[in-house]
Amino acid sequence: MSQQSESLFTSALRTTLPVFLGYIPLGMAFGFLLEGAGYHWIYAPLMSIFIYAGAGQFIAVALLAAGAGLTEFAITTLLINLRHSFYGLSLLEKFSGVGKVKAYLIFALTDETYALLTTTRAPDEESKGKFYFYIAVLDHSYWILGSVLGAVLGSVLDLRLEGMTFVLTALFVVLTIEQYHAARSRFPFMAAMGAGVISLLIFSPDNMLLFSIFIGTLILMAYEKFVRDDLEVNTLPEQTHDKGDLQ
Amino acid sequence: MTDDPVHLLIITAVVALATFATRAVPFVFFNNRAPPEMLSTIEKNLPPMILLLLVIYCLKDVQWLSVPYGVPEMFTIAAVTGLHLWKRNAMLSIFTGTGMYMLLVQLDVFRMIFG
Repeated sequence: MSQQSESLFTSALRTTLPVFLGYIPLGMAFGFLLEGAGYHWIYAPLMSIFIYAGAGQFIAVALLAAGAGLTEFAITTLLINLRHSFYGLSLLEKFSGVGKVKAYLIFALTDETYALLTTTRAPDEESKGKFYFYIAVLDHSYWILGSVLGAVLGSVLDLRLEGMTFVLTALFVVLTIEQYHAARSRFPFMAAMGAGVISLLIFSPDNMLLFSIFIGTLILMAYEKFVRDDLEVNTLPEQTHDKGDLQ
Repeated sequence: MTDDPVHLLIITAVVALATFATRAVPFVFFNNRAPPEMLSTIEKNLPPMILLLLVIYCLKDVQWLSVPYGVPEMFTIAAVTGLHLWKRNAMLSIFTGTGMYMLLVQLDVFRMIFG
């Protein structure tokens, strides 16, 4: 490993540390659950390698226990993970020119990896693909490791991990503050508060993320269409649209 | 429940494909053409909105109406926010907050306060 790529890797390692601490207990919970439902431990890493979706895998175990049919598995998974389609939408530009790793980056786009990728700046354009790949593959391996640990050790050891997954909440809080410092407009945060509270009140906890992203996007679109257009008309010509990457 | 390995492998494949599909959709759609103007301006505002929504999502299971009324969560989030605005050191904010939260819930500090 060359000097430069080594520091890239180290930097990715540092960036993903909170995800490591979050994915180990979460992955363990999944492995523990799957093993507890009567399946051989080998299926835990297998599912974590090929599916790699936190909520999706937990629900898959519940559906397995309920003896659901293939169609139910497909439809439920599509609905649970539909929010990931919104993630890709805001990464089109960032992922252009990352090279051969693009397919893997798309495959590995979890909530946590999305949060890191949209908030972390790659050292330079050339090493962008490599840096993103390190982050994605590290997160993925933490998840696999966690699920193996859970399936194999979870029933034996009595670890005091309660509250440790809060590391992901803290990570999202910190990344939100970083976004707040970088953002030109405060409106996305207001849209999130509105959509989040509405969804918490109306939808079940399992569905609230997808619906809140959907509602929030509608609010952003309405704002763009009615308010921003208005502002631009009134304040031309000094109001120029910023097309640059804010991060 | 069936523990037939083939059945489980097929289910894993179906769930894996469905998950990948949701992640690949925008890239397949806008591979060769630029997204419409409306969508590309939205695109810039999605990350800040989604990150705050992820914070709110993390609080989805908090029981606001029973002891300890979400106080450990709100208290820790306030501490993380304050510490981060002050020091701007991500690792410090994240790990101090998590350690604090683990102590609060494992020692059940707030349940004692609320009697």
